[in-house]
Amino acid sequence: MLAVLLCFTAQAQPASSEPVDFMHSNGRIYVVMAVVLAILIGLFIYVYSLDRKISKLEKS
Amino acid sequence: MIRKSWWKLLSFVLLLYTCTYGFLVPVPSPAGVPLQETIRNLFFHFPMWIGMMVCYTVSIVYSVRFLRKPSLVNDIYAKEYAITGTVFGVLGLITGMIWANYQWGKAWSGDPKQNGAAIAILIYFAYFVLRGSLQDESKKARIGAVYNVFAYFMLFPCIWILPRLTESLHPGGRGTEGNPGLNPKDTTNAMRSVMYPAALGWTLLCVWIATLRIRVQLLQEKKLTHE
Repeated sequence: MLAVLLCFTAQAQPASSEPVDFMHSNGRIYVVMAVVLAILIGLFIYVYSLDRKISKLEKS
Repeated sequence: MIRKSWWKLLSFVLLLYTCTYGFLVPVPSPAGVPLQETIRNLFFHFPMWIGMMVCYTVSIVYSVRFLRKPSLVNDIYAKEYAITGTVFGVLGLITGMIWANYQWGKAWSGDPKQNGAAIAILIYFAYFVLRGSLQDESKKARIGAVYNVFAYFMLFPCIWILPRLTESLHPGGRGTEGNPGLNPKDTTNAMRSVMYPAALGWTLLCVWIATLRIRVQLLQEKKLTHE
């Protein structure tokens, strides 16, 4: 079954023989999405923690 | 209002949606306009300009308010919104250069809109130089406020009007269809369903950052008056 899968991928992507799992599918767009989401969530965590810090300073 | 949470959460949700569905929404590939996947930059590059315009608009409103009632709070709001607007404007320029490098062949083509946007942002840099050159606080605020009004009105010929009157690589120039933000041939309704939330999400993030800066300045002022 592995041989069948490898043959299949060898036909579709002659340059590589990687498995076509979720992250490799669709031109690996999900990799781009993961990168962008990581940046976005990191940014929001930063801005949120700044907001909390400032709120704390304003209360005292 | 600037301490409320709902619009900050909304910004996060809208941007999560933008950064996921924005990569998956089907995009048209008409034969005449080989933008391919880069049209997705409409969800990222274009909202930087929207955020900038909103911030600069709020800034001029507070500058005018300052001129009518010279309070420090009005000046702080005007300055911090101008700073945040400039940051997003610079991000718009940089993301535009990245896109242009691969779409138009060069990062800077001397395209009327590129030049216009650079000039408009330079005019705002001059606002900060002007403020920095004045020592007296009230003079800095007053002269800054007057210049801010001028800088705001210069945005319109530089970015929105002149680039439409001449031939331009951006959509909307003479001889091309559409407006400087959107070419109807390049967008679909599905894409618009991402683009408007994206513009709102990025703008709200822009405003959030500006309000944080304002709150820090207000805290510093409070500390100074208590000492």
